Amino acid sequence: MGIKDLSFKKSLWVFHLSAGSCNNCDIEILDLLTPRYDVERFGMKLVGSIRHADVLLVTGIITKKTKARVLEVYEQAPKPIIVIAIGACPCTGGIFASGYNFAGPLDKVIPVDAYIPGCPPKPEAMLAGVMKLLAPPPPEQANANK
Amino acid sequence: MGKKTIVPIGPYHPLLEEPEFFKLYCDGETVVDMEWETGYNHRGIEKICESKTFEQVFFVVERICGICSTSHPFAYANAVESIGGVQIPVRAKLIRSIVGELERIHSHLLWVGLAGHFLGYNTVFMWAWKYREPVLDMFEIITGNRNNYAMFTIGGVRRDIDETKATELLKVLDDVKKKTDLLVGAVMDDPVIHARLKGVGTLTAKDIHDFGAVGPTARASGVDIDVRRDDPYAAYDMVNWKVITTPEGDVFAKAKVRLLEMYESISIIKQCLTLLQKETPGDIKAKVKEIPEGIGIGHAEAPRGEVFHFVKSDGGNSPVRHKIRAPSYNCITTFRRSCIGGTISDAAIATAAVDPCYCCTERMVQVYDYHSGKHMMNAAELIKFSQQKTEELRKKL
Repeated sequence: MGIKDLSFKKSLWVFHLSAGSCNNCDIEILDLLTPRYDVERFGMKLVGSIRHADVLLVTGIITKKTKARVLEVYEQAPKPIIVIAIGACPCTGGIFASGYNFAGPLDKVIPVDAYIPGCPPKPEAMLAGVMKLLAPPPPEQANANK
Repeated sequence: MGKKTIVPIGPYHPLLEEPEFFKLYCDGETVVDMEWETGYNHRGIEKICESKTFEQVFFVVERICGICSTSHPFAYANAVESIGGVQIPVRAKLIRSIVGELERIHSHLLWVGLAGHFLGYNTVFMWAWKYREPVLDMFEIITGNRNNYAMFTIGGVRRDIDETKATELLKVLDDVKKKTDLLVGAVMDDPVIHARLKGVGTLTAKDIHDFGAVGPTARASGVDIDVRRDDPYAAYDMVNWKVITTPEGDVFAKAKVRLLEMYESISIIKQCLTLLQKETPGDIKAKVKEIPEGIGIGHAEAPRGEVFHFVKSDGGNSPVRHKIRAPSYNCITTFRRSCIGGTISDAAIATAAVDPCYCCTERMVQVYDYHSGKHMMNAAELIKFSQQKTEELRKKL
């Protein structure tokens, strides 16, 4: 197990960045912290600064104004970092892709590890996405990698 | 005046859900001036709407803001139906009001939670959001989605509320009412909340008129406005309810107005459900063939205040102009009155008190020369211009 895998093994600290969103995905992310979903039982926690984070959640389309800021936040992140695009907007642009202020989907700006589509994705979907990304690979695949 | 310190907040800050930038000019603890910058979320929705058909615009406008995803379609439907002179069935009117009021309950619960979080009462945050979940489940049962309901269409609604859903809804409402009692008790009886919120961020009725603030912000300062009563739409003139106002104007008054409004919403939904049982099932949409040429104005009372939509049609299948004004656009200008003069620690709750929603508010500015009407340069064009000059010089030398 490399140091990279070790750092993502437990207690992920999450930083949430709203690029140009409609609030929906942001609220569903906050919803994850509240009693029904309670992600803190997995050790996940929303942190105030990207410098403390293991995971960067991006919601909303990348607008012309936020593009530079998204890049800057990504530069400041301690590497390795997992980038997850939450919702249809950062994945493809969704309904706003034809807008004049659209500056490309997230993967044109920074490398993305996982896409969680939906408008907005349900909190369960977000949890499932993160768990799938971080689950240890099935035994046969793990042997093949050795 | 002594030395001023600038406290920058944002655009990506743990306190803020959305990207926006505040600059607080402080003299010691006191805020003496403030500036804010928005525009990060601007997605060009009005222009996108012009490229969609009248039916498709519903899905764009409900994505203006995730919290008010009924209010914008509501106002848009009112606008388009006023162009065509469409009469919608009573059943559709009742269902529209039910969804609109459910949204108000979920939005106010959300605000109570966030306000609690800003004050350091994380228990209130967890409670309020926990009690909000059954309301979201109800949305899922009625409309098929927790947010972005896709419920409205021209001439009516897309899904019916049948007897099973109505019974379920009544059960949830009784539950929400009990929880609201609990939250009202928690806010009204707590001496610390009284000390923290009373006399903070006070707006007088004159301030409300000066800045043109709307919704609970205005009603908490004793300005008695509510679109639902002043210009009734959907089913609001078929039921009995009252507009909650209180004269104090501070943050405590705003919390009170929002909490008491939840009771009114519950009562409106219950009355609508009773009326719904008398109507023939299935009659939820009027037939609309085409939208004639003309202009339409529609407004609706969102949880934050009046949403205004202007739609112009040339007789084709999509709007030629669509203008949107969201309530937060009016309300956030009151920050200058509510924050300046207060302490820096009160600025957070004074700004949160109007329940600001920045993604509704974002605008873009294009600058044109007044005399020639020519488009002025932006930064990127200016840099290009400068690079061109270097290039020319290089060629010459």
